[in-house]
Amino acid sequence: MKELVPAVLGVLVRRGADFAAAEDAVQDALVEALRVWPGDPPRDPKAWLITVAWRRFVDATRADAARRRREELADREPPPGPARERDDTLRLYFLCAHPSLTPSSAVALTLRAVGGLTTRQIAAAYLVPEATMAQRISRAKRTVSGVHLDRPGDVATVLRVLYLVFNEGYSGDVDLSAEAIRLTRQLASAIDHPEVAGLLALMLLHHARRASRTGPRGELVPLAEQDRGRWDTAMIAEGVAILQAALARDRLGEFQAQAAIAALHADARVAAETDWVQILEWYDELAALTDSPIVRLNRAVAVGEADGPRAGLAALAALDDTLPRYRAVAAHLHERAGEPAVAARLYAEAAARSLDLAERDHLTRQAARLNARPT
Amino acid sequence: MAKYLLLKHYRGAPAAVNDVPMPQWAPEEVTAHVAYMNDFADRLRESGEFVDGQALAPVGEWVRYDGEGRPPVTDGPFAETKDLIAGWMVIDVDSHERAVELAGELSAAPGAGGKPIHEWLELRPFLTTSHTITE
Repeated sequence: MKELVPAVLGVLVRRGADFAAAEDAVQDALVEALRVWPGDPPRDPKAWLITVAWRRFVDATRADAARRRREELADREPPPGPARERDDTLRLYFLCAHPSLTPSSAVALTLRAVGGLTTRQIAAAYLVPEATMAQRISRAKRTVSGVHLDRPGDVATVLRVLYLVFNEGYSGDVDLSAEAIRLTRQLASAIDHPEVAGLLALMLLHHARRASRTGPRGELVPLAEQDRGRWDTAMIAEGVAILQAALARDRLGEFQAQAAIAALHADARVAAETDWVQILEWYDELAALTDSPIVRLNRAVAVGEADGPRAGLAALAALDDTLPRYRAVAAHLHERAGEPAVAARLYAEAAARSLDLAERDHLTRQAARLNARPT
Repeated sequence: MAKYLLLKHYRGAPAAVNDVPMPQWAPEEVTAHVAYMNDFADRLRESGEFVDGQALAPVGEWVRYDGEGRPPVTDGPFAETKDLIAGWMVIDVDSHERAVELAGELSAAPGAGGKPIHEWLELRPFLTTSHTITE
């Protein structure tokens, strides 16, 4: 039943229902379905839900002052045909990622409205109290309640929200990475856009390596040391195929370029076979597409691998040393350049600045490893 | 979506601008101060940024394991010399800037004379355990 929620919600919103009122009506219809369906299952569950939800919405709005206007609106709209379903879900994506929302509100609303998760599930996934998440969602609903989407929203905003969800990746009752992939798949089937495909490919390529990214006690395993036998090759193949189809459209964007880099990593059977020269070329593309200092930092790593640690350090020297992970990158390059003492000091500094527990422990171990070396 | 701990100190922080010990305030000034703090928490609940918060008593002690079969060692309380935490609040916000903004707002709680205390609050980011993609 959860799978039907976005489509039903989308129909109500398109017919002119206010977002919050539409969601209440859909919830009422779901409760009604739980009561009625066991004894009298409908032939078309979605049509049933739409009919009941719309009736609930009309009943609810009759009571308030906007009654006349809403009824006229309801009157004017023809009943939905099956062909509109994709449009309606898409409309919901754009509404949930509306630029008027803060990133955390947009994420919460997307998981609730498009993903059909309960408030309790979302709160648990983000490790905040349920009451806090309930407020976050209802504020988000109020913010978008006056928004009328008469033209398509910004795909880039929707993609950013989905990537935020993916990067949280907590694995409790709800695995946010898997949920983000599910939602991006849904979006990709509704909209023909190379960057949507690019993001889906990127998520699949990262997700395929997830099991090998941490050790048995949650410790971070760097890419070069990962057990490549544990990579999900079917998922990698799917990501690569989606990426190639997107690249063939010749409308390059950030996500496609990032996915291309991930694909090159996934393609190497052993770390030493990694095609760093091509990876560097993709970083150059990526740097041209974005203004991100993080991209230039990652590019310095690729320079270090493709042209040697001294060239990497030269690329690094052009960047701001307050960037997150700047010291970790510098430490890695200095170690490869044969300066373990400098590297050990930089690893320790990087550890002290890291806000990620697994990353901090990893960097501390790196410093300890170099300090323990006989000199 | 980053969590921060806001620490309010009884002692140990640099002196506040409006530095009058609370027992020397007028009763209504104390009431106004408490109301400000509660309103602040309510507004964060409303905005979906509140995670948790508690006030702590000014007494406390250090505890240490002292070996198999022996009771833990305790020390103190030595409230006069130690950094003393009065309470804490955990917030979940979109950015570091927002966390600083909220800490600033909390520091403006009214004190003696109904004027802001301008007390120093400690702002500490949580270490996360997410697996953000880095390579």
